[in-house]
Amino acid sequence: MTEHRALYGAMLRIRMVEEEIASRYAEQEMRCPVHLSIGQEGPSAAFSLVAEVKDFAISTHRAHAHYLAKGGNLGAMIAEIYGKVTGCSKGVGGSMHLADKSVGFMGSSAIVGNSIPVGVGLGLAAKRQKNQAISWIFLGDGATEEGVYYESVNFAVLKQLPVVFVCENNGFSVYSDESVRRPEQQTIPAVAESLGCLSISVDGNDAQAALEALRSVSALVRDGRGPALIELHTFRQREHCGPNFDDDLGYRSEEYLDEWKLRDPLDLLRSKMTGADDAKWIEETQSKIANEIDVAFSEAKEARFPTLQECKELLYA
Amino acid sequence: MPENTREITFADAVQEATAEAMRDDESIIVYGLGVNDPGRVFGTTAGLVEEFGAERVFETPTAENGMTGIAVGAAIAGVKTIVTHQRFDFFLLAMDQLVNSAAKWRFMFGGQFQVPVVFRLITGRGWGQGPTHSQSYHSWLTQVPGLKVVMPSNARDAKALLKASIKDPNPVVFIENRWLHQTTSLVAKGSEPGELGKSRVVVEGNLITIVAMGYGVVEALRACEELAKLNIHCEVIDLRTLAPLDIETIAESVGKTRRLLVVDLAPETGSIAHTIKTGVEDRLRGSEVHYTGVLCGLDLPEPTSHGVTMNFHVDAGAIFSRVSSICDGKSSIPAPLRTFPSDIPPQGGFGPF
Repeated sequence: MTEHRALYGAMLRIRMVEEEIASRYAEQEMRCPVHLSIGQEGPSAAFSLVAEVKDFAISTHRAHAHYLAKGGNLGAMIAEIYGKVTGCSKGVGGSMHLADKSVGFMGSSAIVGNSIPVGVGLGLAAKRQKNQAISWIFLGDGATEEGVYYESVNFAVLKQLPVVFVCENNGFSVYSDESVRRPEQQTIPAVAESLGCLSISVDGNDAQAALEALRSVSALVRDGRGPALIELHTFRQREHCGPNFDDDLGYRSEEYLDEWKLRDPLDLLRSKMTGADDAKWIEETQSKIANEIDVAFSEAKEARFPTLQECKELLYA
Repeated sequence: MPENTREITFADAVQEATAEAMRDDESIIVYGLGVNDPGRVFGTTAGLVEEFGAERVFETPTAENGMTGIAVGAAIAGVKTIVTHQRFDFFLLAMDQLVNSAAKWRFMFGGQFQVPVVFRLITGRGWGQGPTHSQSYHSWLTQVPGLKVVMPSNARDAKALLKASIKDPNPVVFIENRWLHQTTSLVAKGSEPGELGKSRVVVEGNLITIVAMGYGVVEALRACEELAKLNIHCEVIDLRTLAPLDIETIAESVGKTRRLLVVDLAPETGSIAHTIKTGVEDRLRGSEVHYTGVLCGLDLPEPTSHGVTMNFHVDAGAIFSRVSSICDGKSSIPAPLRTFPSDIPPQGGFGPF
């Protein structure tokens, strides 16, 4: 498969899954907060091509895309959002707490910045295993304002851990833009660089550019050169939390919205896919994914809820 | 006495438990501020880096929250971590990672992970430790499902329970009172791990059950000795583990003595002493019980001045007075329990500790 197809297919799958979540959300059967990555699929698609099964990954409240990109089971994720016992977290975690240990997706956290040191701990374990595994830590721009982020980057640099901080910068912490959160001259890569962490910044909506960045940086990290940070500028198309659009609230300027709406990551890559049978391939892929999604949702809806007793049994090992 | 048993300090027992566990299991690492410094966390990490190397025993940045999360991450990937803190108070910076990560990573991902981490927290006492060097929020932590909370009172239990905590596949908070470090008891080399969630009847008696934990047990036993001279025979129970809580052993004892006093050196409001009292009352409802009560610290931060701390702590004298008032109502505190100065351990010495 060409790299374009691989990237596009990965983005398309995430997009279609999340659009299905959004369109069914009003049925009120998915009764937990959902933070969709629609518009932010570029970094996850790139990650899915670069990450190895032995690698660890960890994420945030906006975790669907990362979970799927690491190879997390789709049916188990949908069941989890429905709160069913067949969910990846047996229904006790919900959308914000996804994990699939069998593929190294080691969790996601609702608390901003919370999973960052956990990811560094996974990096510490990976280094001790001496098998060239990487710990990938997904975080948003808001998390870089948390104290624990600095503690984590510092330790990763100090111990030269195989960690890649993947910072999806969508410009907003809920409704607050960067101008109210940090001085203008202060950028996320510059701060990380000043802590001794190799850092680069790329356009996250250009999936090909994201892929190149992740590939080159992860090769260095895998080689034992210490941690790195990749900032990927991107755009959240929908509201911070929930299935809807919230552009009517006016917290993002018309200018900003117009600019980013022309830069949908799927559209950008699609425009480069001009091969003779690319259109046909996309159509077939869409149909395959749609079938997979249908199965995932119908199985999730049919499954039962966990019992309180089953929840109690999860507490201690 | 078995050949390999000898009298050692609580601090040495902690060191020995750690070293023995690390010999048995190469996945164990130890880190924290001071683990390799000249003091070696009051001697409790002495010799570890020399025996196990700097990859397994290392100093850390001053980053309590981050290092707690890092322990969780390492643990879910199979690296068992023992994290040390020279004061409980500093660990308060790590509440997010303790509560939202360590205690939840198993539950909230449907049981996919184990989180074998031991957090060793030391509570300061005396010599002006004051508002931010003397706190012990053990009762708070029992409010966090998913954690185990252990609080030994002597060297033998320290070793047995630390080994059990290290072996446990769950996050365990292991609380050491600074005044216990130099106390001694008979401890065996190469001993087996103890069992978490079991309290122990230390002294048998028939008139009243006194439940205490950590350093409070030392004070309770001192009071008990003097009370025995007045023919007031107390049954003293060392709680040892606060979560899971062994309420059955206590209820059984109170079923016999008909009286219960729960001693906690920490502030009274929200103390686990009340949980124990209520738990026992519930279990013994319908049977004859003459007294249930608690004796806890003031709802006040510890003042630094040694001019006031003499009246601040719950000590053997206070326990003696309360028990005496319950059981015979007439005895005044005997001379051996009128401790002065109150800001140094009974065995003597001076600070800073």
